[in-house]
Amino acid sequence: MPTKTVINAAGRSVPLEINGRSVIPFKGVGKHKPDGRKYSPPIPVCYDYPDDGNKVVSSLEEALRKCGLKDGMTISTHHHMRDGDLISNKIFEIASALGIKDLIWFPSASFPCNDPIIKYLDDGTINRIEGSMNGPLGRYVSEGRMKGTAVLRSHGGRVQAIQDGEVIIDIAVLAAPTADSFGNAKGTGGTSACGVIGYAKADYMYASKVIVVTDNLIELPCFPMEIEGNYVDYVVVVDKIGIPEKIVSGTTQVTRSPDRLLIAEMTASFLEKSGILKDGVTMQAGAGGTSLAIAVFVHEILKKKGWKSKFGFGGSTKYMVKMLEEGQMGFILDAQAFDLDSVKSIENNPNHVPYSVFNAYNYHSKGNLTSMMDIMILGATEVDLNFNGNVVTHSDGYLLHGIGGWQNCLHARNVILPIPLFRDRIPVIVDEVTTLCGPGELIDVIITERGIAINPLRKDLIERVKGTGLPLKTLRELKDEAEKICGIPQKPQFEDEIVAVIKWVDGTVIDVVRKIKAG
Amino acid sequence: MKKTVAIAGNTGPKVRSDCEIALELKSEGDIKIELTSKVKVLYGESIKKLITEILNFFEVKHASVKIDDSGALPFVIAARMESAVKQLIDTDLEFLPEFLKENNYTSTRDRFRFSRLYLPGNAPGLMINAGLHSADGIILDLEDSVAPEKKDEARILVRNALRQINFCGAERMVRINQGKRGLEDLHFVIPQNVNLVLLPKCESADSIKEVEETIAGIKKKFNLENQVFLMPIIESALGIENSYEIARGSENVVAMAIGLEDYTADLGVSRTLEGTESFYARTRIIVAAKAAGIQPIDSVFSDVADMEALKQNVRVSKSLGFEGMGCIHPRQIPVIKQGFAPDDTEIEKSKKIVLAFETAKRDGLGVVALGSKMIDPPVVARAQKTIGLAIRLGILSSDWINESQPVD
Repeated sequence: MPTKTVINAAGRSVPLEINGRSVIPFKGVGKHKPDGRKYSPPIPVCYDYPDDGNKVVSSLEEALRKCGLKDGMTISTHHHMRDGDLISNKIFEIASALGIKDLIWFPSASFPCNDPIIKYLDDGTINRIEGSMNGPLGRYVSEGRMKGTAVLRSHGGRVQAIQDGEVIIDIAVLAAPTADSFGNAKGTGGTSACGVIGYAKADYMYASKVIVVTDNLIELPCFPMEIEGNYVDYVVVVDKIGIPEKIVSGTTQVTRSPDRLLIAEMTASFLEKSGILKDGVTMQAGAGGTSLAIAVFVHEILKKKGWKSKFGFGGSTKYMVKMLEEGQMGFILDAQAFDLDSVKSIENNPNHVPYSVFNAYNYHSKGNLTSMMDIMILGATEVDLNFNGNVVTHSDGYLLHGIGGWQNCLHARNVILPIPLFRDRIPVIVDEVTTLCGPGELIDVIITERGIAINPLRKDLIERVKGTGLPLKTLRELKDEAEKICGIPQKPQFEDEIVAVIKWVDGTVIDVVRKIKAG
Repeated sequence: MKKTVAIAGNTGPKVRSDCEIALELKSEGDIKIELTSKVKVLYGESIKKLITEILNFFEVKHASVKIDDSGALPFVIAARMESAVKQLIDTDLEFLPEFLKENNYTSTRDRFRFSRLYLPGNAPGLMINAGLHSADGIILDLEDSVAPEKKDEARILVRNALRQINFCGAERMVRINQGKRGLEDLHFVIPQNVNLVLLPKCESADSIKEVEETIAGIKKKFNLENQVFLMPIIESALGIENSYEIARGSENVVAMAIGLEDYTADLGVSRTLEGTESFYARTRIIVAAKAAGIQPIDSVFSDVADMEALKQNVRVSKSLGFEGMGCIHPRQIPVIKQGFAPDDTEIEKSKKIVLAFETAKRDGLGVVALGSKMIDPPVVARAQKTIGLAIRLGILSSDWINESQPVD
């Protein structure tokens, strides 16, 4: 069935309807101003809950049954168990055995450990995923094998969609490293500690039914609680909610690749010479090897100059923790801990503060933490000549990554993308991104091993780095250089069929992913 | 029976930017190409086109080709294909990718050779961005880093790399093999504007002359003008004993290096961090090189993770008189460069001495004094050398003398 499409403000052809519901095409950054009120979950009555507060039931299956699991429901999960998640797949295994069909899985992210979900997409238990699709799941979607249309949102966009009622969660199944029988829960303690469970906040507040699953049930009260028991319907105790060594990396590692280290060094040097790095700076960097190397180089500069970062926003890593402990960072506000040092730091250091994406990233709220950040280090699979960025598909057209917090972070003061100019012959700078995830007007600097390109809109930055000896080039020069080495790539071929839509932070549709043409 | 199946290149989970090509010659039928590649969507057609072009070039009409590609650049694919063809067909033809005009630079006898980065000659992934790390020289190695059964294909890959990769001004070096194979290696690399050839396990001036003659022959044959310098590597007790003759073996010898792994093995001792066991050899090399007016170059430091130990190693190396060191990882380059460059204290001290010397000269005094201390002429000479080095490295302005306060 052909879908009616229009050209949105970013020049992309997008549908007016997805999965039977109408959607709003992207209007431009800051242009969409929704009216109406936020979504509200049903009003519960405490009369219906045990007087002694004990909400423990015998199994996840019983909890799901009691929540009224039925065809077509939306089931949400968080991704704090990362690649060690033992709960998400279990939900659909149970649903499949019960003969339930057409569920919508609404995770905050998925990992390779979730690949078995394909089985439940195949057997009709799940209609579609609204979340991130990596690796084999992405391939599955790109090949047009998923029944419904996938919806990709940023972390903040997911919160916005829940809050605005775009997505109504019927049942939230929330893994918790520690919980009590009333449903109070936190990310620390036990054998499956992940540090924080901030991604669960919107889910437990807005879902119709909430199940907390733990492998570490403690006496009431579980304190300090990140999930408040008053929102929770059932508590399930299992042997294991996750595989500890896959929940957090034992240790995150700085890249060893000489080229990535060079990019990291150039980034640190750019930050210093442009004056972006200064006393009191606020910053965020991810857990990728290059980002970690940047953190190390930045730490050295801060030490050398006697400067201190006011606060850093996590995903935290041991390198950020080191800054905190050695006095070059005042606070870490943290939405997720990437390694064991970070988990320990959250447990022990009062200046390492759990902070939910609900507070940090939600675009339909009264402020956006990311817009207060001076330095934002992000990645991309592609950037085009207009600085537009893609993080979900590769140049071969396949869906391979989620958006994560990437779109939300674009609102920082200085958005810097340190990326290799080509990866295994695949040029990163292209004429036009395969999938538009972030408009170029929000992306300030591209740093590659062969040169630095500053967005012409940032005249101030261009002015500030004049005469510093940094290797400044235009994106076109960088693209030509890459193509001279790699050759000019062919374009992937697509069918008309839309297999996934990409939402902007305000819930509008910025782009779509189309089915790969077989061949 | 004549061999009809050949395999060239590399594949495997850790291999990137390379490909493995299996070629089977047939007696009839069209060319069949089977391509597995992570970049198939983007470059599938151009890879097939290139393969067809090469087979046509070598007049192969009936064959099946299987390519397992991990993102190899065209010059790599071409090298692998040519290697496979040459395993099955006797030919002197060479399928040469374009020689980049930016690779047409020359070198000079006395340029700095603080850091020279070794790249295994059969690992294309490490070559592509090697020039970005600002090494003084880049060595494409055909010797110890290449497995014996891969020696032939490495030559072709290195030849293509010299044509296609821009090393951004780094001195273009190749380490050839020992003996006859080394002389054959020269035929592949000398026509590609190589600036310097490293001769491993050099033990006599005769071997220098042999290489020199071969190079001269190739240059004559191809009518080449470019100067090719030589850097013998001394890696045995005999080599150490003959080091002065080796250093003077040809006017093209501009530097002489020591290779301590093989040297300590030759002595039957272990290589230690302190290097007491090689102290004599190292100082002997330095003296021989200086006597011959060439640069003495230290052995590589093999623990790539320990930058502190490397720093310490460079400090000792420089204090003994070495003027450079090999690198096996790009991250060693800045440490080595910085280590061999004069530091601030040295520069400041030298500036004072040179200024005092200039003042004495101006005032017509025969004796140079700094404060109450007399300065001997060799001290002045050393200070002048340090200043000259600092200026050439861009650490010091060439007009520093007018920018300084005069010494009273």
